[in-house]
Amino acid sequence: MAWQWFHRLGSPKWFYEKTARWTQVLGWLALAMLSVGVVWGLAFAPEELKQGNSYRIIYIHVPTAIVSMAGYYVMALSGAIGLIWRMKLSYMVMKSAAPVGAALTFAALATGAIWGKPTWGTYWVWDARLTSMLILFFLYLGVMALQEAYQNQESADKTCAILSLVGMVNIPIIYKSVDWFFTLHQPATLKLTEKSTIAPEMAYPLILMIFAVYIFYGWLVLSKTRVEVLHREAKTQWVKDIALGGR
Amino acid sequence: MEFYFDSLADFWWMDGHGPFVWAAYSVTIVLFIALAFGPKLRKAKFIKQQRALAARQAPAERGSKE
Repeated sequence: MAWQWFHRLGSPKWFYEKTARWTQVLGWLALAMLSVGVVWGLAFAPEELKQGNSYRIIYIHVPTAIVSMAGYYVMALSGAIGLIWRMKLSYMVMKSAAPVGAALTFAALATGAIWGKPTWGTYWVWDARLTSMLILFFLYLGVMALQEAYQNQESADKTCAILSLVGMVNIPIIYKSVDWFFTLHQPATLKLTEKSTIAPEMAYPLILMIFAVYIFYGWLVLSKTRVEVLHREAKTQWVKDIALGGR
Repeated sequence: MEFYFDSLADFWWMDGHGPFVWAAYSVTIVLFIALAFGPKLRKAKFIKQQRALAARQAPAERGSKE
């Protein structure tokens, strides 16, 4: 009885119907929070003492970086659930998470490079944090490429799940890289377990942006998974009804 | 809480950091917009394909009934 929801969640039709409302809510919430966060960070937060205004890039750099790493867990664990319980829907989530994760990793790398120029005097260094983030980007691209490399969907799903799981070792490395290898990238300023080293009036918009990017991520993965469900269930009557009914 | 900068020109220039800040935000915003429209476009394409497929199959089905 307790597991009933789990089996129902495995049904693509049930998932498609139940997530319709949620997707809309998340989408609008993400738009509102991102808009407020960006304006707050750009125009209302005070200037940073050492880095000046260039630090404002933090409001997009840190949230995209955090969610790109969390998103990797979403992808890898969806792959694992697919492998263990043979849940088709879980594989669809995995497939949807790859391009979103890749895009967020790209955003983190690009904004970091732009921030690096006025702060470090260079766009790129082979620092441990930067290099491990670049590897994360390639892992996402690898999963995306593997999806396309197979004719058979099941083989593609399984291989992608295995690659995702193997690549998971990279995440703690990225996370710890600023502490293990003290090179150029600064350590985290926002901490959960001890006192943060960022002023509260700078931290509030950052925390808002982190939540906003998480919600944006959730909305994107949900939307992509819904479309993926339609593709993979194209032969079923309920999808035909949607496609031909114009909903 | 109030607007941090003295003028809009100040806001734009940001003591010389403006080009970096605006470039970083532009890249991200363009990327986010592209991401947001991806699923919508893919769904529209899917529905179009399915309708085209149904239209092609419809005459054949009618033929088989006769």
